[in-house]
Amino acid sequence: MAADPHGASPGLAHHFDSYEQQKESATLGMWLFIVQEILFFGGLFFAYALFRWKYPVAFNHGSLHLDVTLGTFNTVVLIASSLTVAMAVRSAQLARPKRLVGFLLGTAVLGSIFLGVKAYEYHHKWVEHLVPGPGFAFEGPGAENARIFFSLYFAMTGLHALHMVVGIAILLFLLKPAWQGRYTPESHNLVEGFGLYWHFVDIIWIFLFPLLYLAGRHHIL
Amino acid sequence: MNDSKSATTDPPGYAPVNYLNETWGLKSWLLTLDHKRIGILYLISVSFYFALGGLMAALIRIELATPQGDLVSPDWYNRLFTMHGVMMIFFFLIPAVPGVLGNFLLPLMIGAKDVAFPKVNLASWYLYNIGALFSLWALLHGGVDTGWTFYTPLSTSYSTTHVIAVGLGIFINGFSSILAGVNFMVTIHRMRAPGQGWFRLPLFVWGIYATSLIQVLGTPVLAITILLLAAERLFHIGVFDPRYGGDPVLFQHFFWFYSHPAVYIMILPAMGVISEIVAACARKRIFGYKFVAFASVAIATLGFLVWAHHMFVSGMSVYAGAVFSILTMFVAVPSAVKVFNWTATLYKGSVVWETPMLYALGFIGVFVIGGLTGTMLATMGLDAHIHDTYFLVAHFHYVMVGSAVMGFLGGIHFWWPKITGRLYPRFASKFAAIVVFVGFNVTFFPQFILGYLGMPRRYHTYPPEFQTLNVMSSAGATILGVGYLIPMLYLLWSLKFGPKASANPWGAVGLEWETTSPPPVANFAKSPVVTTEAYDYAARAAREVPVGG
Amino acid sequence: MTPNAPLFPTSASELARSVDTLFFFALAFSLFFAVLIAVLIALLGSKYRRRHPDEVGVAIDDHAPSSKRLELAWTSIPFGLLLILFGWGTWVFFLQMRPPDDAVEYWVTGKQWMWKMQHPDGTREINELHVPLGQAVKLKMISEDVIHDFFVPAFRVHVDVLPSRYTTYWFKADKTGTFHLFCGQYCGVEHAYMVGRIVVMDPKEYEQWLAGVRPGRGPLRTGEELFIANACNTCHRPDSSARAPILNGIFGKSVKMIDGASVVADDGYIRDSILNPQARIVAGYQPIMPTFKGVISEEELLQLVEYVKKLPPPAAGAEGAR
Repeated sequence: MAADPHGASPGLAHHFDSYEQQKESATLGMWLFIVQEILFFGGLFFAYALFRWKYPVAFNHGSLHLDVTLGTFNTVVLIASSLTVAMAVRSAQLARPKRLVGFLLGTAVLGSIFLGVKAYEYHHKWVEHLVPGPGFAFEGPGAENARIFFSLYFAMTGLHALHMVVGIAILLFLLKPAWQGRYTPESHNLVEGFGLYWHFVDIIWIFLFPLLYLAGRHHIL
Repeated sequence: MNDSKSATTDPPGYAPVNYLNETWGLKSWLLTLDHKRIGILYLISVSFYFALGGLMAALIRIELATPQGDLVSPDWYNRLFTMHGVMMIFFFLIPAVPGVLGNFLLPLMIGAKDVAFPKVNLASWYLYNIGALFSLWALLHGGVDTGWTFYTPLSTSYSTTHVIAVGLGIFINGFSSILAGVNFMVTIHRMRAPGQGWFRLPLFVWGIYATSLIQVLGTPVLAITILLLAAERLFHIGVFDPRYGGDPVLFQHFFWFYSHPAVYIMILPAMGVISEIVAACARKRIFGYKFVAFASVAIATLGFLVWAHHMFVSGMSVYAGAVFSILTMFVAVPSAVKVFNWTATLYKGSVVWETPMLYALGFIGVFVIGGLTGTMLATMGLDAHIHDTYFLVAHFHYVMVGSAVMGFLGGIHFWWPKITGRLYPRFASKFAAIVVFVGFNVTFFPQFILGYLGMPRRYHTYPPEFQTLNVMSSAGATILGVGYLIPMLYLLWSLKFGPKASANPWGAVGLEWETTSPPPVANFAKSPVVTTEAYDYAARAAREVPVGG
Repeated sequence: MTPNAPLFPTSASELARSVDTLFFFALAFSLFFAVLIAVLIALLGSKYRRRHPDEVGVAIDDHAPSSKRLELAWTSIPFGLLLILFGWGTWVFFLQMRPPDDAVEYWVTGKQWMWKMQHPDGTREINELHVPLGQAVKLKMISEDVIHDFFVPAFRVHVDVLPSRYTTYWFKADKTGTFHLFCGQYCGVEHAYMVGRIVVMDPKEYEQWLAGVRPGRGPLRTGEELFIANACNTCHRPDSSARAPILNGIFGKSVKMIDGASVVADDGYIRDSILNPQARIVAGYQPIMPTFKGVISEEELLQLVEYVKKLPPPAAGAEGAR
C-alpha cells in the first residue's frame, strides 16, 4: 500500500507503508519519550526523598508555607483538563472536528488557569522572601535547611509548569489543522500523542501535590 | 548523468545518480530529511570536534613531556584537559557511530526507506550543533576548568569559568541524543522488512538498539543533573553545596548514573561495527549470534547498575562499594563473551586482512586490555591505589580511543564505498591502520605503569622520575596523530580520484550491499523481503571480486 | 628499572604489599587472556586466509552441543575468575578502610592548595607528616573548601577529603623513608602543587623530632577554650534542666530525635550539630540552638569535637540527662 502524495492516502508519510505502521510508530515514540521524562523528573523526586529524610523539620515547616487550598484547586483543574483532552482524542477518533477543537480549547483554558494560579503562588513566595537566591529569608524551625525545600519546590513545580507551557503551545498549533478536519480516524497521531503527553504532565502533578503541599500537615511540631 | 560512456566503464552496481547528487545546493543539504545525508552532516560535524579535541590532546602531551609546567600556566592546563574531555565525550564519541554510521545504515540494513521520524532526525543534528556551539563559545572565552566531571562544590562555588554555558551546551546535546535514541528504537521495532525477525537482524542493529536504550533512559538524568548544577551555581539552592546543607557526593551519584552508561553508548555501536566487519572479512556468520545479540542488551541493562564504581573512595560505605564492585564484574562478562565469539568466527572462515579488518582485529586486542584493566579498577582493593591515577586514564583511553575510535574508523573504511561510491588506496589505508595501532599503544600503555607508580591524573607537573614514561607517551601521541591525519587525506582524495566502487566490493552479505553504491534516495529500487538468516554466506556465495585500489 | 625511571612503586606497608599481590594476580590472568586472544587471532587469521576471491567461510552450527558448551565455558570461567578478583579485592579494601583499634589519631585539614596536619600532641605541620615506624596511624580528615583526596602511593591508598564530613585514612608504615603525598582529586588551579611528603622515622628519632619542634608552634585554642569562648557552656551544662541536651558522656551513644529516629553521636554528628543544629532536633528539646557556621573554622571544630568526645559522663545523682 504505497503512499500517494496526491490524496489517496492523506496524512500518510512517504516512508511508512501503512497508516497502521505510522500510528504504531508514533505511539511507541511518544511512550519512549514519556519514559525518559519519568527518568528526568525521577532525579528530582530522588533528591526530594533524600533531603526530606535528612531535614524533616525544614521540610515539614517549609510545606506549611504552601497554600493547600490553591494547590487542591489546581489539582482539580488539571484533572479536569485531562478529561477534556481525553474527550478531544475521542472526538478525533469519531471524526468530529468541531468538538475536537472545542475540547482542545477547553484543555488550553484549564491549563492556563492552572498556570495563572501558579504564577500567583510564585509571586506570593517572592513577596514573602521564600525564593532561593540572595533575598531568601525563612523564619521558623528548620530555617537552616528550608532553602533546600523551597529550591526543590520551585525546581519541581517550575519544570512541571514549563512542560505545561510547552504543552499548551503545541496544543495551539494543533487547532488550525483540527478545524480543517485534517485529523481523521485513520490518522490523528498528533492528537493522541499530545493526549498522552498531557496525561503524563497531569500525573507528575498528582505526585508533586501531596509531596510538596501536604508533607507537613500531619506532623506539625 | 546517464552518459553511455561512463555506463560501460563503471563497475556494476555503481550509481552515477544517487542520494549525493540527485539534488544540489546548500538548502537541499541543510534541510534534508534523508537519513543518508544526515549521516554525512554528522560526519562533518564530529570530525570538526574530534580535530579540536585532538588539538587539545596534543598540547596536553607536549606539556607533559617535561616534569615542569612550562608550556602553559596551571590554569590553562586545567582548561585544556577539561575541554578535551567535554569535546571528545559529548561532541565526538557519543554522537559519532550512531550519528554517522547508525543514521546511514540503519534503514538500509532493515530494508526501510528512512527512519521513523525523519524531521526529528534532522532536528537531532541541529540540536547537536547548537549544543556544540555553546561549548565552542565557552571555549573561545576561556573554556571551563572543572574537569569534564564537574565535581561539586568546585564547579558550583569555586570555579570562575563558563560552567553554565558548557553545561547548557551539553544539556541541549542531550536532547539530540534522546531524540536520536527514540527514533532508532521505533525504527527498529516498527520498520523492519517483511520476514526480518529480530534474530535475522545484523548485529550492528542490535548494537544500535542497545545504545538507543541507554540514550533514552540515561540522558534525562544527566539533564536534571546539569539543571541542578546550574541552579546551585546561580541560586545556591543547597543540594550539592555543604555550606547550604547539601551533599557533594550526591552530585557524584547523579553525575555517574548517566556518565557510566554513557560509556556503553560509546562502545556498543563500535562493537556492532566490529561484528559486521568480522563477518564480512571472514565471510561467515558471527559465531554465537544470539549470544552476541543478547550480550549487547545485557551490557546496556547491567550498565545502569554499576555507576558508583567511580566512587569507591569518595566517602561511600564499603558495603555499598562491594555491591557496585560485584555488579561491575557482572557487566564485564558479556563483553568477554563477544570477544570470544568474534575470535571463534575466524575458525574455518575465509579471512582477508583488508583495512577494515585490521581496525577490527586491532579493536579486539586493544579492547581486551581496556576491559581487563577495567576489572582491575572495579576491584576495590586495587582501586584504592589506582583511582584517579594515570592507570585510570590509560584504561579509559584504551576503551574509548583504542576501541571506540578504531571501531569508528573501521566502520568508515568498511562502508566508505557504499557511502561515497569510491574506493580508497589499499596500501595507504593499511599503513595508516598500523600506524594508528602502534601509535595508540605507545601513547597509552606507558600510562598504565605511570598510574601504578602513583602519578595522579589532571597533573601538569610531576616528580622527575616519571619523565621517561611521559616522554614515551608523548612520542606515541605524535605517531597517533600522524596515523589519524593520513586517512583524512586519502579519504578526501578518494572522493574525486578514487576508483568507483561496485555495489558490493567486499562480497559481503547484508541488505545494504544489495543496493547501489552510493544508494538512491529511496534506498532500494524495490523494497526487499528477507528470507534468510543474517550473514547467510552459505546460501549466497560471494558475487563480487574485491576491487583493489 | 632505575631510580631515575622506576617501573614499580616502593611499598611502605604490609597492606601495600598485599595490594601488589592482588595486582599481580589480576595482571597474570589479564596477560593470559590478552596473549591468548592475540595468539588465536594471529593463528586463525592466517590459517584460514582466503584462498580465492569467491571463497566463503564454513558456517558452524550455533545450536550444536559443542557450541553451547563453548559459550558456557567462556562465560563461566571469566566470571569465576572475576568473582575471585572481587572477593579478594573486597577483603583487601575492608582492611584498607578499617583502622585497627590501636591506631593513633592525627588530624588532616585539606584546603586549596595545602595540607595542614596536626599530631595528637598538638604539633602542626604543613604539607608534611612525620610519623613513627611501626605505629598504626589513622588520619581524621576534612576539607575547608572543595573535595580533595589524600593519596600516598607507597601505602597504596586514596581516600577523598570532603567538605561536608570526616573521612578516615589509615596506614602502618614498616619502612623508614620519605614518600610522596599527592592530592588525588582535582581541586582547582594548583591541584598539581598540592603535594607533600610522608616522613617515616624510627620511633626514637620521631620522639626527638617531636620534642624539637614543639615549642613555638602556632597557638590554637584548646577545645575547652573554644567551648567557653563560644558560650556553648551556657546551655550545655551537665546539670542543665531544660535548655540543651547534656553532652557529657554522649559520644558513641544513641540519641533519640523528635521524629522518633535514633542517631549515634559520632564525630560527624557532633560536628553537624554545631554547624547545622536545626537539621534534626533531639526529642524533648526546642529548636533554639544557633548555628556556628562561619564562626568556627574546621581546625577549631576538630578541637571542639575532640573536647566534647572526652567529656566524662555526669556523676550519678547530678540532675539527669533526658
